[in-house]
Amino acid sequence: MFDYELLRIIWWGILVFLICGFAVMDGFDFGIGMLLPFLGKTDDERRVILNSIGPTWEGNQTWLVTLGGITFGAWSLVYAVLFSGVYAGLLLLLFALFLRPVGFDYRSKVTNPNWRSAWDWALFVGGATPAIVLSLAAGNLMIGLPFELDADLRSSYAGGFWDLFQLFPLLCVLVGVALCVMHGAVFLHLRTENAIAERAQIVIRWSSILFVGLFLVAGIWVAFGLDGYKITSAIDTTITANPLHKTVVKSTGLWLENYGTYPLLLLAPLMTVISALLTPFFTAKNHSATAFVLSSLAMIGAIVTAGGSMFPFVLPSSLSAASSLTIWDSSASRYSLQLLLVATVIFMPIVMAYTSWVYKVMRGKVTVEQIQDNQHTMY
Amino acid sequence: MITNEVVELSRLQFALTAMYHFLFVPLTIGLSFLLAIMESLYVMTGKQIYKDMTRFWGKLFGINFAMGVTTGLTMEFQFGTNWAYYSHYVGDIFGVPLAIEGMMAFFLESTFVGLFFFGWDRLSKMQHLSTTWLLALGTNLSALWILIANAWMQNPVGAEFNYDTMRMELTNFSELVFNPVAQVKFVHTVAAGYVTGSMFVLGISALYLLKRRDIPFARRSFRIASGFGLAAILSVIVLGDESGYTVGEVQKAKLAAIEAEWETEEAPASFTLIGLPNEETMTTDYAIKFPYLLGLIATRSLDGTVDGIKEIRERKRRRINSGMVAYENLQILREDKTNEIAKAIFEKHKVDLGHGLLLKKYTENVTDATPEQIELAIKDSIPRVAPMFWTFRGMVFCGVLMLFIFVASFYFNAKRTAHNQRWLLKMAFYGIPLPWIASELGWVVAEYGRQPWTIAGILPTHLSTSSLSSYQLYASIAGFFVMYSALLVIELFLMIKYIKLGPSSLHTGNYHFEKEGATHV
Repeated sequence: MFDYELLRIIWWGILVFLICGFAVMDGFDFGIGMLLPFLGKTDDERRVILNSIGPTWEGNQTWLVTLGGITFGAWSLVYAVLFSGVYAGLLLLLFALFLRPVGFDYRSKVTNPNWRSAWDWALFVGGATPAIVLSLAAGNLMIGLPFELDADLRSSYAGGFWDLFQLFPLLCVLVGVALCVMHGAVFLHLRTENAIAERAQIVIRWSSILFVGLFLVAGIWVAFGLDGYKITSAIDTTITANPLHKTVVKSTGLWLENYGTYPLLLLAPLMTVISALLTPFFTAKNHSATAFVLSSLAMIGAIVTAGGSMFPFVLPSSLSAASSLTIWDSSASRYSLQLLLVATVIFMPIVMAYTSWVYKVMRGKVTVEQIQDNQHTMY
Repeated sequence: MITNEVVELSRLQFALTAMYHFLFVPLTIGLSFLLAIMESLYVMTGKQIYKDMTRFWGKLFGINFAMGVTTGLTMEFQFGTNWAYYSHYVGDIFGVPLAIEGMMAFFLESTFVGLFFFGWDRLSKMQHLSTTWLLALGTNLSALWILIANAWMQNPVGAEFNYDTMRMELTNFSELVFNPVAQVKFVHTVAAGYVTGSMFVLGISALYLLKRRDIPFARRSFRIASGFGLAAILSVIVLGDESGYTVGEVQKAKLAAIEAEWETEEAPASFTLIGLPNEETMTTDYAIKFPYLLGLIATRSLDGTVDGIKEIRERKRRRINSGMVAYENLQILREDKTNEIAKAIFEKHKVDLGHGLLLKKYTENVTDATPEQIELAIKDSIPRVAPMFWTFRGMVFCGVLMLFIFVASFYFNAKRTAHNQRWLLKMAFYGIPLPWIASELGWVVAEYGRQPWTIAGILPTHLSTSSLSSYQLYASIAGFFVMYSALLVIELFLMIKYIKLGPSSLHTGNYHFEKEGATHV
């Protein structure tokens, strides 16, 4: 069908697509989780906020689950090295995610205010932690992770949990959190009214400015202060390959080389900045749907900016540059990539179709009156 | 170097989290189907009570489903976090059904579960019914793909070793999907899920009947559960997955251990009902045997033989020796890909490479193993008999008890006197834990029985873990323990609260606690 080289590029594209899908769909859930205790002043208001995503958040989170499964199948070595390397970070993410399904379903099943308030904070943690851990991971991916592969391709990891908290990744955390908060507030603006929507509008204004400012600082840092990676040996992109059969150099500014080679890529950061800046104007004029498209574009642009600058690297190693994983030497076999491509092309459009239908069925604003009329059936 | 302690702790963590996850999975599988049946009755008859049933059992379903989702995430992450070498070594095959599961099943169930709860007023009757069926379909499809992946661990077909990338690679997708072990496993596991769902509804309905409240609601629920449950328990027993134990080397070892079949008997082999397996003397003391039965169950024939442990061990010896040759030539090949002699020898012996790797537990170089080390590896290659023998019998015992409960419930229900048989109602209520015990024991049989392999005959367990420290594992096990215990307490608290409330929790005004004079919980 396709040759191996093209398949790997397509699969890199699918990986980026799934990360974008996850960020757009689950990003606002995380943002709303973070905003829940602050934008909802009364129990009814908090229930409005919860129910704005209540019927759909679970499907959104499946993007993350599927991303895990796809990485396992199509990029096994990446899955193995990344997940075992940042062991404590992954478990932290996992424990935080535990709080979400039970938080949504259990919170309003008991009327005790302490019970409800405890779950609200659990949902806050369940929204904030993934946004923090995943942005932290993204920052560390750009720096490179301290892992090494032995001749059997067994990976060993030389860093500890606290080593993840370096300055650049911490900046990425701020960028990611600001973006998720903005995205969440935009969705709330779309699905709620009156007091909550007004509070959301203020959040949108500030998080938009904060995000754009921090995003630009991160860009300057990548250009002048961060080591990028580059393959220096000839690499045969069409055969099954072993990551150890290449040489890699590391030097400041290398992450920007792709922008020189493919100038079109510059559209990604440009789109990010412009969309994020325009978002508050559209919510102010009550064009919330347009604003949601814009903040989604900002999400997608930010991810493509980072992913595109690293291409063809997926997981650079700061410890042994040659162990770095690139799309040429960490993919599944040609046969498995073909199979999974067929499955993706069949199932993802179906998934997106029925997801849209569900959103259409559940459309409209969630109001305090609805909550009061449906005390026992809504979250 | 990965210590034995890390391997054992990784196994412990996986076993704990997987068994915990499976407290919620079978109920999700079974109850989703029962909900679809109840709602179909609602749509066909138009009777409000069936809608109330769908919604009340749906509430309990939701409490359980949330835990299933929560604990399922762990399973998805854990291959990477704790079994990194496994993930690399077989991800090309094992990851494929998992990726498909995500796209085909997880999205389906988690998208429609929201609509199931919140779509009642926004959808037409038919649309909502379709939603419920899609939810049931999603949970069942998810079982299908994960069991295809699991079956490949038990009987790895359709894959080959690639010495360039140092991993197994998929060569035949349809062999993977139509793996005979996957088929029996799927039928056995989902049917066990249907039994769990039925036992749950049956037992709780029995409680309401015993308390003489919400009788019409409880009788209808009892009726559906007894019918569906009887069909399900018969499928579990008749289509028990023992028949899957005759394919594949490791499955045969498992079967021999389950049956304490030390020697290969002449066909058809007899079935040991009970006895005391003795690992030292390799005999079963005080055995009570049924002639012919094992041969019939396991091979579905009168002339198929069931291999005994002694015979399997001798085969293992040959395979380990051949595996050493494979390993030796693999090392040569990795230095020099053009060495045609080494390539030819490797090709001849590569099916036994995994057996050679068994020796890595005792010697890093494999090829320099002493005869004593080889003996140790042979001994490792068959799971211990007593735990297998007893867990299997425990599972079957639970199954037989449930068969009795369902047959009796079905019979008295047909006579329309079930609600007066207090002994039966009590038995149904106290029988609620049975399907869970049976499922957990069943998984112990299947997965403990797979040892010493993660991938049967291909990758030994002690090579499969991540390069972690035991300190990291103690910390994560402690974390899981705390989180899971807290969540279980909360889940049970809510479950019991809503079970006690019964359909009154729907606030329709038609049920026990909403009527005047009713004592409140």
